[in-house]
Amino acid sequence: MHVDALIAPLLNGSAQGALLLLAALGLSLTFGQMGVINMAHGEFLMIGAFAAYLVQQVITASDLSIPVALPVAFVVAGLFGLLLEVTIIQWMYRRPLDTLLVTVGVGLILQQAALQIFPSQGVPVEKPGWLDGQLNILGYEWPLRQLFTILLATVCVAALSAWLKYTSFGRRIRATVHNRDLAETSGISTRTVDRLTFFTGSGLAGVAGVAASLIGGTNSQMGAQYIIPAFLVVAAGGIGQLKGTIIAAWAVGVALSYFAYWTTGSLAQVLAFILVIVFLQLRPQGLFTVRTRSLA
Amino acid sequence: MTKPWISLSGIGAFAVLLLGVAPFVLTDHWLNNLGKYCCWAIAAVGIGLAWGRGGMLVMGQGVFFALGAYSMAMHLTLETAGDRIPGFMVLYDPLAPLPAFWEPFRSAGFTLLAIVVLPVVLAGVLGYALFKRRVKGAYFAILTQALAVALAILISSTIRETGGDTGLSDFKYFFGYVLNDPANKLMVYLIAAGLLVVCLLAVWQLYRSRFGELLVATRDAEERVRFLGYDPANVKLVAFVVSALMASIGGAMFVPIVGIITPAEIGAAASIMMIAGVAFGGRASLFGPALGAMAVGWGQSSLGSTWPEGWTYILGLLFVVVILFLPNGLSSLPARIAAARRKPDPQPTPAAPAAAVLEEVRS
Amino acid sequence: MSTTSKRLRTLMATGAIGTSMALVLAGCGAKAGEETAASAASPAASCVDTSGSTVKLGFLNSLTGGMAISEKTVSNVLHMAADEINAAGGILGKKIEYIQEDGATDWPTFAEKTEKLLTQDCVAAIFGGWTSSSRKAVKPVVEKNNGLFFYPVQYEGLESSPNIYYTGATTNQQIIPAMDFLASQGVKKLFLAGSDYVFPRTANAIIKLYAAKLGIEIVGEEYVPLDKDDWTSQVAKIVAAKPDFIFNTINGSSNVGFIKAYYDAGLTAATTPIISVSIAEEEAPAMGHEVSGQYASWNYFQSLKTETNPKFIESWKAYPSSSGVTSDPMEAAYISMYLYKALVEAAGSFDVDAVNAAAKKNTITFDAPEGKVTLDGENHHISKPGHIGKINSSNQFDIVWASDKFIEPDPYLEGYDWFPADIRKQLVDAAG
Repeated sequence: MHVDALIAPLLNGSAQGALLLLAALGLSLTFGQMGVINMAHGEFLMIGAFAAYLVQQVITASDLSIPVALPVAFVVAGLFGLLLEVTIIQWMYRRPLDTLLVTVGVGLILQQAALQIFPSQGVPVEKPGWLDGQLNILGYEWPLRQLFTILLATVCVAALSAWLKYTSFGRRIRATVHNRDLAETSGISTRTVDRLTFFTGSGLAGVAGVAASLIGGTNSQMGAQYIIPAFLVVAAGGIGQLKGTIIAAWAVGVALSYFAYWTTGSLAQVLAFILVIVFLQLRPQGLFTVRTRSLA
Repeated sequence: MTKPWISLSGIGAFAVLLLGVAPFVLTDHWLNNLGKYCCWAIAAVGIGLAWGRGGMLVMGQGVFFALGAYSMAMHLTLETAGDRIPGFMVLYDPLAPLPAFWEPFRSAGFTLLAIVVLPVVLAGVLGYALFKRRVKGAYFAILTQALAVALAILISSTIRETGGDTGLSDFKYFFGYVLNDPANKLMVYLIAAGLLVVCLLAVWQLYRSRFGELLVATRDAEERVRFLGYDPANVKLVAFVVSALMASIGGAMFVPIVGIITPAEIGAAASIMMIAGVAFGGRASLFGPALGAMAVGWGQSSLGSTWPEGWTYILGLLFVVVILFLPNGLSSLPARIAAARRKPDPQPTPAAPAAAVLEEVRS
Repeated sequence: MSTTSKRLRTLMATGAIGTSMALVLAGCGAKAGEETAASAASPAASCVDTSGSTVKLGFLNSLTGGMAISEKTVSNVLHMAADEINAAGGILGKKIEYIQEDGATDWPTFAEKTEKLLTQDCVAAIFGGWTSSSRKAVKPVVEKNNGLFFYPVQYEGLESSPNIYYTGATTNQQIIPAMDFLASQGVKKLFLAGSDYVFPRTANAIIKLYAAKLGIEIVGEEYVPLDKDDWTSQVAKIVAAKPDFIFNTINGSSNVGFIKAYYDAGLTAATTPIISVSIAEEEAPAMGHEVSGQYASWNYFQSLKTETNPKFIESWKAYPSSSGVTSDPMEAAYISMYLYKALVEAAGSFDVDAVNAAAKKNTITFDAPEGKVTLDGENHHISKPGHIGKINSSNQFDIVWASDKFIEPDPYLEGYDWFPADIRKQLVDAAG
């Protein structure tokens, strides 16, 4: 066996893990920090991808349009998230399990709307020219696009953790998560915190959508394939734990890639699911635990 | 607590409608559809038990539905194929024998046993591992959903062994009876409807037993139940196993009635659809889950025909509106209206389980 | 607890007795082995009523769910064809009244709606379906009710039914011409990439048999679930296997993920071209510029220069819900409607048996956009020209290869000695 045969799944898997991480990052905020189970998160991802397409209709040079699309997708998906929070989710913080079902309904509506608004076959999102080409790593020609996904995920993680850790808003979010009542008594507007957290979490789904639009099709069905793996990653990483989510996403991506290498694409999916399910049976609190008696 | 005779006469009236009236007033097509809704309703009754009364959001009932359905479908496929190897297997490997796990399903007795035993064993093992480790809430929901997704992919990718995405279909016989014969079709319908009535009776009895009260207590305050000396894990396990069994029975009857089973009927979307009906009808009530499942099935057949795009929107809105405003489903509507008439109440009262969940999450 | 469970047991027993009584009461139907003409073999009497000025036809396409992305257009073309026929006087002087049903990308729903169209709406024929799975769900129902189903998509062959007419290609009209084209290009190493369902699996089984005969080596075979987009791991295997050509049987939007991963890995049409059997004019635009230069095997292309094609394209462009481009499945759907018209007019009746008899007795032809197609009355498929097109930058296909004549349909590959007779026999037996 050549070195590149062993290295290829590792690199491909890391990129797959990075995409999964991008999809899961927003969930780790909305689910991990707020306890909301947003099944429409996949559709927010789809909204991000369609936003990238629309940006490309305005800025036709794809070299430029994708960098522009990233913040646009963040804001557009974030606004959809905010709308969802204000209209529906805010009434349901005391019933987290029910948010799951409500957002299933929201997801259905968004999917059907996308199917009717955009060409049913989906739309093309062109890859920027500077992502053409490969990087030779130990004999394996590693696609630059994959490196881009990893960098994007890294930037998002760094920005998110810096925001949570160093800004006053981040501190307010963490305070609210740890003890909502005390935070409120200390003068923190938990309503604003909730809204901004939901905006950010949904916005991150939009960014993931731009990355996904460079990997697969941009159509009404695209979000559905990410939602369950993303939730599994957040659960396996441990609720409210960014580092857990990162490790879990990377591990699932790499496992998926090696399984795909050794078996078939379908069986790899099954094996990866079973791996996470078994892991969660053995360690239901996930990789890392936060010091509250939370969902697990 | 309502008087027992009210519920019992309700079940009786339901039974008369399903078994006595429906076969005479409905066309063959709609009777067959009603049979299909009955299968979903059987699974829904189980979900009502596990979720409505037990607080466990079972998002992977498709797995147990599949166990029953595929057991039945394998038997019917073999019955149709006779001595030959089922047609779909031939192309991929013409000379290979029947896969070993198919062989026992030639026996009708084994098949019936499998429909009952397989879900009980799987739900038992799974439930034991999860509940003893106190997995609950969203974790439990997502884990069960992931199982359904994994099983659906597994079946889709094992074309030669399971028929893959196309599924198993074209059954000619049902335990020796010719399926095309209208009299036999009626018999299959009556069995499904009869089983639904039996399941309703079973949960009615469970709800009024001490177990039923323990189950609700576990849902609302698990810790307190534990302090009282009961093991909530065992209580939940029983409810989960019974709901799995009901899903399996529903799946088994789905096959001869609908004539086809595919991975799409057991995957994520199908598992969520099973929950939709329960939420719509009223998760914790006796009739809510069954009637809700039948209503959603009917909506899919009728509205899905006249206005397909609209149906998707309606279904989505149904989820949103019912869960947001009527967490206990349509069956709680009369009580709410009555309450509203008595005293105008600007502040919507939180649903009964809410307090418990609150304690679970925010502590 | 004991009194409770005792009561429970009593109840369960009552229920069980009730159920078994119902079973006994109803169980007077036919049993296996005692099938009489009256019970199982004969289908229910048809309720089709054509005594009025209209004839009812059913359209069955997925308008919701994953396959809606492909099937919506087929539904629109069927509407267009019916409108055209109505404008020209209808079928046997009767206007078509169509009933559109949604298959919802769910195979049991296809079965249910077929039953509804045949027994509730009493339609004379049903048009639609896309995936092989949907067709296989419809087949037992149309056979039981002795209905008619017109299926407009290329498929994996090895099937025939007195109640189904296939207006898309069978394997010897699409897969085998594609293989002949590859052989003519001097291809020695071929990689098979497909979605994980019945069409790619069966098509690849046939491709492997024929490749052995042609001396083409199959250097790999990969499948990904239908709804998954990410092909990176599989493309890495393709890169390592270094094939001359890739045979693509991927369906739906997964194709986009495949093309992107392929392009990301540095593969191009110049080095490792792809020949597809599911990418047409409709699908190509969603794939961006990455797809240009790749090949596809179809019978119809929008760029075909035939007498009737311009009219078809013009009518479609003028149609309200038009996407502007035409494709093979759309054209096959268009054919199916006119083929039905020709069949009914030859039979002089809408009766299923009369239509089938007319198909056997007469030579039914239609001047289709792909050329003049002829119905094979025995196997219910039509003759078709084989074409290979190369995608250009405007997402149209330049024709680079054409079969020298129309290819007669041969669903069971009886004219091909490399197809093992024992498999064919087993398949025919299993189908019968």
